[in-house]
Amino acid sequence: MFTYYLRLAWISIIRHWGLSLVMVCAIGLGIGAAMTTITVNYLMSANPIPHKSEQLFFVQLDSWDVNEPFDEGVNPPDQLTYTDSTNLMKATKAFRQNVQAQAYGVIEPEDADLLPISVTARANSADFFVMFDVPFIYGSSWSAQADIGKEQVIVLSKKINEQIFGGENSVGKTVKFDSNIFKVIGVIDHWQPKPRFYDISTGAFNESEDVFVPFSLIAEEKIRRSGNTNCWKPSGDGMAAFLAGECIWTQFWVELRNEQEKQDYMTFLNAYVEEQKQYGRFERPLNNRLSNVMEWLEKQEVVADDARMIMAMSFMFLTVCLLNTVGLLLAKFLGKAPEIGLRQALGASKATLFSQYIIESACIGFAGGLLGLGLSFLGLIGIESLYGEYMQGLATLDMPMMILAIVMALVCTIIAGLYPTWRACNISPAQQLKNQ
Amino acid sequence: MLSGMLETGLILRALMRNKIGALLIALQIALTMTIIVNAIFMIQDRQTQMLRSSGVDEENTFYLTNTIFGQDYNIQSALQTDLNTLRNTPGVVDAIQINAIPLSGGGWSSGVQTEAGEDKDTIGTAIYMVDDHAINALGLELIAGENFKDTDIQWRKSGQSTWPNKVIVTKALALSLFPDDWNSALGKTVFISQNQTIQIIGILKQLQAPWNGWDGVERSMLIPFHMESKGSRLFIRTEPETRDQLMPQIEKMLAESDKGRIIRRMRTMEETRERSYQRHNATNKILTTVVITLTIITGFGIVGLAIFSINRRTKQIGTRRALGATRWQIMRYFMVENLLISSLGIVIGCIGAVSLNMWLVKTFNLAPINIGLVLFGVVTLLVVGQLAVLYPARKASLISPATATRTV
Repeated sequence: MFTYYLRLAWISIIRHWGLSLVMVCAIGLGIGAAMTTITVNYLMSANPIPHKSEQLFFVQLDSWDVNEPFDEGVNPPDQLTYTDSTNLMKATKAFRQNVQAQAYGVIEPEDADLLPISVTARANSADFFVMFDVPFIYGSSWSAQADIGKEQVIVLSKKINEQIFGGENSVGKTVKFDSNIFKVIGVIDHWQPKPRFYDISTGAFNESEDVFVPFSLIAEEKIRRSGNTNCWKPSGDGMAAFLAGECIWTQFWVELRNEQEKQDYMTFLNAYVEEQKQYGRFERPLNNRLSNVMEWLEKQEVVADDARMIMAMSFMFLTVCLLNTVGLLLAKFLGKAPEIGLRQALGASKATLFSQYIIESACIGFAGGLLGLGLSFLGLIGIESLYGEYMQGLATLDMPMMILAIVMALVCTIIAGLYPTWRACNISPAQQLKNQ
Repeated sequence: MLSGMLETGLILRALMRNKIGALLIALQIALTMTIIVNAIFMIQDRQTQMLRSSGVDEENTFYLTNTIFGQDYNIQSALQTDLNTLRNTPGVVDAIQINAIPLSGGGWSSGVQTEAGEDKDTIGTAIYMVDDHAINALGLELIAGENFKDTDIQWRKSGQSTWPNKVIVTKALALSLFPDDWNSALGKTVFISQNQTIQIIGILKQLQAPWNGWDGVERSMLIPFHMESKGSRLFIRTEPETRDQLMPQIEKMLAESDKGRIIRRMRTMEETRERSYQRHNATNKILTTVVITLTIITGFGIVGLAIFSINRRTKQIGTRRALGATRWQIMRYFMVENLLISSLGIVIGCIGAVSLNMWLVKTFNLAPINIGLVLFGVVTLLVVGQLAVLYPARKASLISPATATRTV
């Protein structure tokens, strides 16, 4: 029976090809627009580290000015001072912890023919790699001992390793980074969390860094730091004064395996702040936060307003397309009143008619879905080229999204077809036959 | 007149027989109106932002990043050499070292206050560390006071927390500090870093901060500093129409003159503006596409439904023609019918447009919409409706009176 209905639907669609085309196009455009924007929002709000996002916590302490609270007192500062992050690091109260900041520098290849390379760097402590599951090709992370001993070790990205060492195992070799000799201790595979959750203060969708070096070398002035720096109190001259000052520029993450550990850590943080208050710091009321990865991304509003706004618009757009389809299907089915009357008189039940017309709607929906899928591919290419770097890698359709497109088109069209079908089934056969 | 009203009554009654069909079109028009009015509003909002001038002579300027890595490098003399060479290059109007670039998205800001002290209100401003050539190199306009003298320029060590005591501010910053009269700011002493004094010696017409989305984007300040830093930018202004030719030459010249540094990220101010507003531009293009497609879809919806309703009424139309109705009267019938449906849609659409705007104001801090735009939406959709129904109505008017006599 199903194939018979499909054939009937096909005949009907072909007979009114102009109208069918308008409907397919309308659904296609609606689905295309909706899918394009859903994909962008879905990738922006994706969980970058699903298997342990609940165990990784970003630490916030309210070290800010009592006269002019950070973010008008709504949220504590979004980074930590050097003093606090190094103190928390020394305390080692969490299962794992790491401190980090953005840095940069120049690598001078030994081969004099090669040009110096300007690189982005992350200055971090050892547990960064194991906490964030950074994949290594060669070697491994440095040890916590290297952090304390301020050893000049470096982990290279795959890209930089290829540029300098032609992609071979470079562990044990040395590179000249900002005029200092660093020993290569590991090479990581391509690693690009989206969003780049571990530091969204400099752009949530930025590329991950070229090289990784021990955080403790910043204080030694062997590494040049960069990134967002925000001070509420003027600090004195020189590096030591800057480090001791009330400037936030470091990020601190902890790994806590369960609720108990989280509570214990919070207790520890509160005790730490109370202790600091004795030194005249932390004049604001106690306001410490532990946010897991997804909570942190949400708090920092990683999904851009533009993206959300355009998504809302695209859903309204889809609604217009569906209203259009309801109207056109209604017109089409009612136009077939004489035929329906005749079929009913010949014994077709309402159920039969109902399934036949619903199948016809579904066929149009399916075609619309396919068109929509094609259009969302084009839409995403368009978005990527319009937004440039900002959208890099945020505009790709994966399998679940493609299935969603087709299912959404089918469901929408079937819903759109319900009322017209119901009207068609309730046509009185006597009336129709009389008119003929 | 009377016949017109009578006819409208008739059309209304006929419409009531196919309530759902008419309502569907009306709803479609209403939603279309809601969306296009708000979309156009957002487009205009972005356009106004993008049209603001940065105050810089964008057409003839470019900059590059100078990263020093060599050891035992004399930063001070190297900078002097670079600036001298650049300023003496034919075609170059002027060149400076600068810590941040307007519109680029990255820069320095600080708080300035009219009273010293930790608990006093501060006004955020962008900081540009430059020398006495800045006004010429950036192409700025000094509207009051005077420029720095070359003796005012100090060397700033990396991490230094003290400031020189003279500054030049933008008119917008002067107005924020002295709301009664920006001109009165000239010569006044204000405070930076809570209690260090700085004197305002000049006022600029305009110079935007590096952050285009910041509400204080017009507030910025020139500080007479040369930076003794391993990473800085050189900003260069050229004679009209020589920029593109000079850029590669200057890059090559700087790179070859000194092997202890890397010259990179050379970029024109025009490109910086483009990148700065890239997202605005992209969003505007998407919204424009939405507006156009939506109008077309709604138009086609009206055409499709009108054709079907005419096909169903072929016999009645034939009968009316046979009874003496003119072609124009038949056409008018369908056009008035569309007008009625559109009007209903537009009334709902006005409510929708304003409600959506209220939601956008609440959720995304957008400005409230203006009435002119709503009126524009009303007119547009009326015209689209009438245009869309024109073809089917004409088709209806061509139905022959003889149709009335045929069965089916």
